[in-house]
Amino acid sequence: MTQLWNFAGGIHPPENKHQSTTRPIQQAGIPERLVLPLQQHIGEPAEVAVNVGDRVLKGQVVADVTSGMGVPVHAPTSGTIEAVEQLPVPHPSGMADWCVVLKPDGEDQWTELSPISDYKLMDREQVLQIIRNAGIAGMGGAGFPTDIKLRPPRDRKVETLILNGAECEPYITADDMTMREHAAEVVSGMQVMAWILRPARCVIGIEDNKPEAIAAMQAAVQGTQIEIAVIPTKYPSGGEKQLIEILTGLEVPSGGIPADVGVMCQNIGTSLAVSRAVFEGKPLISRVVTLTGEALQQPGNVEALIGTPISYLLAQAGLHPEQLNRLVLGGPMMGYTLHSDDVPVVKTSNCVIAATAGELPAPPPEQPCIRCGQCALACPMELLPQQLFWYAKAAEFEKAEHLNLFDCIECGACSYVCPSSIPLVQYYRYAKGEIRQQRAEQLKSDHARERFEARQARLEREQQEKEQRRKERAKAAAEAQAKKQAEAEQAAQEGEAVDDRAAKAALVQQALERKKAKAAKTAEAAAATPAPSQETASPDTTGEDQALPDIEALEKQLMQAQGKLDTMQGMLEEARAQQADNVDKLERAVAKNHDRVQRAEQALADARNVLAEQTGSAASE
Amino acid sequence: MALVQQSSPHAHNARPTSRVMLWVILAALPGLLAQTLFFGWGNLINVVWCIALALAAEAAILKLRSKPVAFFLKDNTAAVTGLLLGLSLPQFAPWWVSGIAVITAIVVAKQLYGGLGSNPFNPAMVGYALVLISFPVAMTTNWAQAATLWGGAPGFGETLSSIFSASQTTVDGWTMATPLDEYKHKIASHTAAEVLQHPTFGEQIAAGWEWVNLAFLAGGLLLIGLRIITWHIPVAFLAGIALMSLAFGSNPDQYAPLQLHLLAGGTMLGAFFIATDPVSAATSHQGKLIYGAGIGVLIYLIRSWGNYPDAVAFSVLLMNFAVPFIDHYTPPRTYGHHKPRRGLPGRNGG
Repeated sequence: MTQLWNFAGGIHPPENKHQSTTRPIQQAGIPERLVLPLQQHIGEPAEVAVNVGDRVLKGQVVADVTSGMGVPVHAPTSGTIEAVEQLPVPHPSGMADWCVVLKPDGEDQWTELSPISDYKLMDREQVLQIIRNAGIAGMGGAGFPTDIKLRPPRDRKVETLILNGAECEPYITADDMTMREHAAEVVSGMQVMAWILRPARCVIGIEDNKPEAIAAMQAAVQGTQIEIAVIPTKYPSGGEKQLIEILTGLEVPSGGIPADVGVMCQNIGTSLAVSRAVFEGKPLISRVVTLTGEALQQPGNVEALIGTPISYLLAQAGLHPEQLNRLVLGGPMMGYTLHSDDVPVVKTSNCVIAATAGELPAPPPEQPCIRCGQCALACPMELLPQQLFWYAKAAEFEKAEHLNLFDCIECGACSYVCPSSIPLVQYYRYAKGEIRQQRAEQLKSDHARERFEARQARLEREQQEKEQRRKERAKAAAEAQAKKQAEAEQAAQEGEAVDDRAAKAALVQQALERKKAKAAKTAEAAAATPAPSQETASPDTTGEDQALPDIEALEKQLMQAQGKLDTMQGMLEEARAQQADNVDKLERAVAKNHDRVQRAEQALADARNVLAEQTGSAASE
Repeated sequence: MALVQQSSPHAHNARPTSRVMLWVILAALPGLLAQTLFFGWGNLINVVWCIALALAAEAAILKLRSKPVAFFLKDNTAAVTGLLLGLSLPQFAPWWVSGIAVITAIVVAKQLYGGLGSNPFNPAMVGYALVLISFPVAMTTNWAQAATLWGGAPGFGETLSSIFSASQTTVDGWTMATPLDEYKHKIASHTAAEVLQHPTFGEQIAAGWEWVNLAFLAGGLLLIGLRIITWHIPVAFLAGIALMSLAFGSNPDQYAPLQLHLLAGGTMLGAFFIATDPVSAATSHQGKLIYGAGIGVLIYLIRSWGNYPDAVAFSVLLMNFAVPFIDHYTPPRTYGHHKPRRGLPGRNGG
């Protein structure tokens, strides 16, 4: 007898499974139109590989993922590609997504298949490629590409391979019926996966409410190393983490994957698909779907082609449209309501519940939480549902996260038992959504800040470089001028022997040079005072006619500086009289203005001297 | 075809708060029956009076708070508060004493704190503690003597008129000190054997009281069986009393014996019906154990060394104070985590 462990919490909702197990799996047949969504798996959407109007054969690839994670989509029957368009797909929001629309021709003609007689002679990588090319993604609900899951991280050896036949959700019997009718294929599919992973232990966990399936599987595993573990019926024993705990006593670390504790879980339907892909060469083009609910005349399981409209299946099962109140895809605990039955069956669709109003009634109005703790008793993850509820309601997301909000698997056990009928799971989804959004916004604002800071740094650097270049230019100009002056002096010395006229000309030139130099100095002095008349003392000012306005400007400047100094002194005295706080500041201002006046006076005096010299030399001419 | 859009889960358990409370009321009936059989009509009259007043007070304050009256009255929580007071007050407590207790419980302790689910203190015990402190004479001299309905207890009419009459002169002949009270006050000057001569102790442990407590125990076990309460608080509660008694009060000439602690006074009513009020109790299993044990220990401390012969109300209220603290430090360890995350975010989180 296999040793079993128990998991915390859990509930026993009415099973409602017997309605759909009274008859064997029926073939749903070929509908008028098949709608094949390009994204039926986790990863990148597949890219269309056919053209509208093309005739495709059954099993032919119609779309494939060329880069990134994902699996191809195949034609479930032969026919013509009618369109590639956006159509409603199974999603809680009722959104539309890109789909290939196939019009079956009724011939159901297979493409060439290449079954493998002995996969053990092949390379493991080749078998993984076969699984990928068959379009197999986890059929339990998430749709994670199976070939990628079968490649656990290098440092993680899978010691236990688990096949999840718990099927703990009420109503759903797809895995139950698959095990009853396809036990041998399910086992051979598991053997392929076991050959790839080489685990020490292979175990199929089945809840004890499926005696027929248990018997069929026990017969099928005769002579293999696979064990059948019959586990007590308790929701959610089929949750991956819970089943791992039941069968191995190990817990998947928070935020980790089962491979972290050396375990891998696969779905019953996935195992069947792997078997068909390897031994028959057939890609995943159909799946078993449970059709149940009181609005159906004949509930049961059907093998439906991927892309079959749910309306087609419901009509076959004898839907009473006037009784239909709620259409749930998946189970009553974790499934989501559909906006319409005009969506196709996809690789992850395991159950459709056509419920009447009396069957799944609207919950009574929410009452205050009385802290009864039933939710905590039911929680399989041992969270504190009521504390999480308060924090979610009060928007204290940090605290909710601290209480391990993100470990919530949204199984719905807490909402199920709540006597105040509080939609707890909805609160947690809201809180998770808000936290994810906050994180995304945080990331966005971090990026924006980094961009801004980088820009600021670049602007500053450019400014410095500009300043550097300006200084270099100024230095080069000063050097050039000094050189010119030296040359002029030399020329003057050499020209002493030349005639009077030339000598006079040289003297004039010399005076002009001196004047220029002084003017430059004045300009520097003027530049030091941030007066409005900087331009007037520019070193470009040459010749007599420029000297007069120069002096005028300097006089004006001096007057302005003087005026300002007087004002400041007045203010300072006033401030001193009143013992104001800004005396120090004013004293500094007065001193500064005093310096400014002195500099202006100096500049004016220098300019006057130059003018006098010039006038003198002109007179002597 | 307008399909219903709803977030999962789509299935719900059909046991709303109103039914949970109804079960609590039903589980308390054996205790009420025993009280009536062994002490006369007093408790039954009190229960009816308290429930009626509780519902009226709840309706009035809900109206004042502009809340839907029928919606909240139907949850049966006010009725449970009235019931608990009726069961725990002295049999001959005058109508105005129980009235003040009920109105304090519903209006102040429950509704002024925000109504159902928001009260930090057990409403019934707030009401009880208030009248116990305010009217000590009325709360100690009105306990019925052990006299079965078929032998000695006053009739229904006499009981009714004594409870609702202005002067309580007729009551004296029917009342008696409770066993815990008697033992506490006599043991200082007498031996245990002498104290136990008093008729309040009867032939077994405490005349009538032991049956009342056993009936509440049975009702409590029913609640545990129905998964309405868990075993943690009652077991820790009783263990707290028992361990204290074994550790400090093993000498019967000094302290009341263990069986008297467990089967006299409000012990079982407190353990299964009062301390388990979910709103004001701790939430996690570990927290419930601490909370229950704390009440048990406090009851023993007050009974043995305090001024009051019984102490359920004070002990429950004191531990109500500690609940946020207990909850803060006793979160369960979540699946996939090594340690529970205690405290606040960013501090000593595991």
